[in-house]
Amino acid sequence: MPNVEEYTDVVVIGAGHAGCEAGLACARLGLDTVVFTVSVDSIALMPCNPNIGGSSKGHLVRELDALGGEMGKVIDRTFIQSKMLNVSKGPAVHSLRAQADKAEYSRTMRMVLEETERLQIVQAEVTEILTKDQRAAGVRLYSGAVYHARAVILCTGTYLKARCIYGDVSTYTGPNGLQAANHLTNSLKRLGIEMYRFKTGTPARIDGRTVDFSKMEEQFGDKRVVPFSFTTDPESVQKEQDSCWLTYTNEKTHEIIRSNLDRSPLYSGAIEGTGPRYCPSIEDKVVRFADRSRHQVFIEPEGRYTSEMYVGGMSSSLPEDVQHAMYHSVPGLEHAKIVRNAYAIEYDCINPQQLLPTLEFKKIKGLFSGGQFNGSSGYEEAACQGLIAGINASMEILGREQIVIDRSQGYIGVLIDDLVTKENHEPYRMMTSRSEYRLLLRQDNADQRLTPVGYQVGLISKERYEKLLQKKEQIRLEKERLEKTMTGANGSTQAFLEKYHSTGLKTAASLAEILRRPEMKYTYLKEIDPERPDLPLEVTEQVEIDIKYDGYIRRQLKQVEQFQKLEQKKIPEDLDYDKVPSLRLEAVQKLKAFRPISMGQASRISGVSPADLSVLLIYLEQKKG
Amino acid sequence: MEKTETIAAIATAMAGSGIGIIRISGEEAFSIAEKVFRPKKAAKKLTEQASYTMHYGNIVDGGEVVDEVIVLLMKGPHSYTAEDTAEIQCHGGVYVMRRILELVLRKGARAAKPGEFTKRAFLNGRIDLSQAEAVMDVIQAKNEYALKSSVRQLKGSLVALIREIREAVLYEIAFIESALDDPEHVSLEGYPENLGEKVDNLLEKMNRLLITSREGRILREGIRTVIIGKPNAGKSSLLNALTGEERAIVTEIAGTTRDTLEEQIQIRGLTLHILDTAGIRKTDDLVESIGVDRAKESIKDADLLLYVVDSSTSLDENDSEILSLLKEQNVIVLLNKVDLPTKTTKEMVEKVLQRPLVPISAKEEQGFQEFEDLLEEMFLSGKISYNDEVYLTNVRHREAMEEARESLNKVKESIVSGMPEDFFTIDLMDAFESLGKILGESVGEDLINEIFSKFCVGK
Repeated sequence: MPNVEEYTDVVVIGAGHAGCEAGLACARLGLDTVVFTVSVDSIALMPCNPNIGGSSKGHLVRELDALGGEMGKVIDRTFIQSKMLNVSKGPAVHSLRAQADKAEYSRTMRMVLEETERLQIVQAEVTEILTKDQRAAGVRLYSGAVYHARAVILCTGTYLKARCIYGDVSTYTGPNGLQAANHLTNSLKRLGIEMYRFKTGTPARIDGRTVDFSKMEEQFGDKRVVPFSFTTDPESVQKEQDSCWLTYTNEKTHEIIRSNLDRSPLYSGAIEGTGPRYCPSIEDKVVRFADRSRHQVFIEPEGRYTSEMYVGGMSSSLPEDVQHAMYHSVPGLEHAKIVRNAYAIEYDCINPQQLLPTLEFKKIKGLFSGGQFNGSSGYEEAACQGLIAGINASMEILGREQIVIDRSQGYIGVLIDDLVTKENHEPYRMMTSRSEYRLLLRQDNADQRLTPVGYQVGLISKERYEKLLQKKEQIRLEKERLEKTMTGANGSTQAFLEKYHSTGLKTAASLAEILRRPEMKYTYLKEIDPERPDLPLEVTEQVEIDIKYDGYIRRQLKQVEQFQKLEQKKIPEDLDYDKVPSLRLEAVQKLKAFRPISMGQASRISGVSPADLSVLLIYLEQKKG
Repeated sequence: MEKTETIAAIATAMAGSGIGIIRISGEEAFSIAEKVFRPKKAAKKLTEQASYTMHYGNIVDGGEVVDEVIVLLMKGPHSYTAEDTAEIQCHGGVYVMRRILELVLRKGARAAKPGEFTKRAFLNGRIDLSQAEAVMDVIQAKNEYALKSSVRQLKGSLVALIREIREAVLYEIAFIESALDDPEHVSLEGYPENLGEKVDNLLEKMNRLLITSREGRILREGIRTVIIGKPNAGKSSLLNALTGEERAIVTEIAGTTRDTLEEQIQIRGLTLHILDTAGIRKTDDLVESIGVDRAKESIKDADLLLYVVDSSTSLDENDSEILSLLKEQNVIVLLNKVDLPTKTTKEMVEKVLQRPLVPISAKEEQGFQEFEDLLEEMFLSGKISYNDEVYLTNVRHREAMEEARESLNKVKESIVSGMPEDFFTIDLMDAFESLGKILGESVGEDLINEIFSKFCVGK
């Protein structure tokens, strides 16, 4: 029987958050792209929590947007509640989080894909990666059809050999009962790719009509919503919002869980995958934090046109009857009807140390991967990797230089560097504490950091780039003006300072100096700054942060300078570590297995000491000489 | 090229005599030297002097004169490291060299890492390519020695204290971070005040640590000297005579020193780090046998062994046991108790062991002059030595401890000036890293692990 045979530039396997960004990037960069999915109706599905963003994840979405990704734009169109988190803390940890209308989000993203030229969606299961001379050459489908391609991007999410479990019930399906992809793992193994098996979980969904909200605290969105995308008109996101609700577990809940632990597949050993510590199931929380008498539970809408609600904080893989008893013990949920049970899901993913920081496989040219397949967790983490994989697959085909966002440029850089460099044995979630230079990597300046990169790649329009340049110039000029504008220790200045509980001046001071005082704000300063130009908020916000935290920012910039030095010292791909004298055996083995691209990356491999780095540095200098 | 940071170290051996050199290399070498140097004749500033000039004057700490020195200036690239280099030639006493180096570090230099001068010299093209392998060897060897000595010589109680402080710092970082990551689950209300108290507490501990670790020495330095001998040969009496205090318990009962006693002493400017060990003999007493095993263990890493032989008794199977333990080490035989009737003579010992021998009486303090002459001769001839890395590691440790203290002080400042909580973690993390340098531990995944193990975060 003759099989279908097609030719394209790029094949993307999977149409989740990573696959969508990857496919869009490739098509927008002018390449014919085919995106395969096991279900066209589940494009950009959010099978777990109904929100986008959150601490550090909000940063990721802003960075993605700055580079020319899609997620920020779509959530701006489909959110039903939005909040800036951590506003009482420093600007570096402010982070946006929006509740999504899941169905709308998925539908909107599908529409964007369908409206993108050169992008073709195909519903099929990919069963084999085709290679030629250690290079990706295409894919074979379950039907036998072959798609020849110049690059392949793996974004299989949690679908590889997926198994969903609660109690003693298990089904061999992906999330939401969708078809699992059971054949691709073997093909990958045949290519010599090392696989891991990870686990994650999701709580139950309940029928909102059966919830007693009077026993819960209402959680509102922000009065003034900030959009995710730098391109979204802020006025367009000021709309009616839905509420979330807060309630708590109690001793009774914990007792139900404790007395049924033996029936949990996690504790009985029926689940072999490694689960994430940051997203513990409620049974995990009860066991590990036995002294806590209650845990928070957030009841969040799944969308505007459904009564289904998400029970945040209570993911579980306990048997159905225990789940019912446990949820019903929570105030407000006494009579809640469960629409979907909580479950744990196991899936195959890779050891991401097999990837270059460009997300291309070290051993197979033209094969890229992104998302949960790389051992991460979360929609935002997935989307960012998808975008980078898409960009780099395109650059490879177009014969242009691939991009690497480094740790000092963005959370995306931290995410990818951690994944490909560090030992990782659980689904990886972004956290602000993972970033060394977070004062520089703020969500508010993601455009300044990354839009130039997006422009250079070709995903950002000239118009948007020029707008950014103009903004940067305005920031520079205003900062300069504040540094230069002096105010004397005169009566009006002293009165102004007193009004804001700030100590008086002894001698004249610049406006910038006054602004550096913790109690002072840029808006207050207007009273003693008659010549202030009329500038947009996005500019004055940057001016204020840059001046106020100048000391800290400069310290981090200095650290970045040191960091960059090592990052820029590249290690030749073909370096024979056995020939480096004086390198300790452990270091030789680690470096050989790893093949870091730079001294910087080498420095982050566990088991490589500073002395090893010195030795390596000298060896490289010697070879150069 | 990594030449932004200015580094300093003692360039000569830490011997008690001759001239000592403190070398400073890097962009700020001259300006740092200038800050600690006061010329005898009112002259131009050091930074304005020509290359390859020598300047006579004093090293001053505030108003106090530390030593009379000569400062040699070499402008890069015509110096060993090819960077601006200042060499302070001082009177070479261990104490003086240490003070000058510490002064230089306080004025902005950083303690050189193992092999760093050599590394810079190479990277700046001052060392021939053919020498590169030797350079790499030196770096690895020095580093390993520094690590080894760090672990071996860091006092147990000190390790525990530093670790305790470090863990307390980590806990606070993890708490703040968990609140930042999960603001809806963890609240920071009232926390800054609380943290302020905790930081005060930690600062107090660190201050005590810096004061009590004598002159800031955290590692035990000196020529690692082990006193060995069979029970009651007079080892403890020897130690007491050398230190001039009743440190070891001296009794007539054989086997009194069950553990290892340690002391640091200065003999003619040499620092000896002396371990008095349990007498080596076959024993059924469990506690004593542990002491004997330890004694045997310490023989292995010794720079110098002082073998005390009891001349008033005959050589016996315990002496044979000791002889069997002696391999390549430097040994001085001290034929003790010459004030008592002799059963073992110099010749009898020389027949079984051909090493320098001095007859002494620890009790009557006889023969010490000869012993000290011999010691000095062996050191100056290079027979015995010790690796300067221990001292340098010490300086690095102190530097790290001071950095940590500085960081915690910054946390205090941030709290007082009402900075947002996420700023506290910047300096807390620096303190954590600095303390880690002392323990030889890097940051790694500690923080993430701490957050997950101590705080319940996540959806």
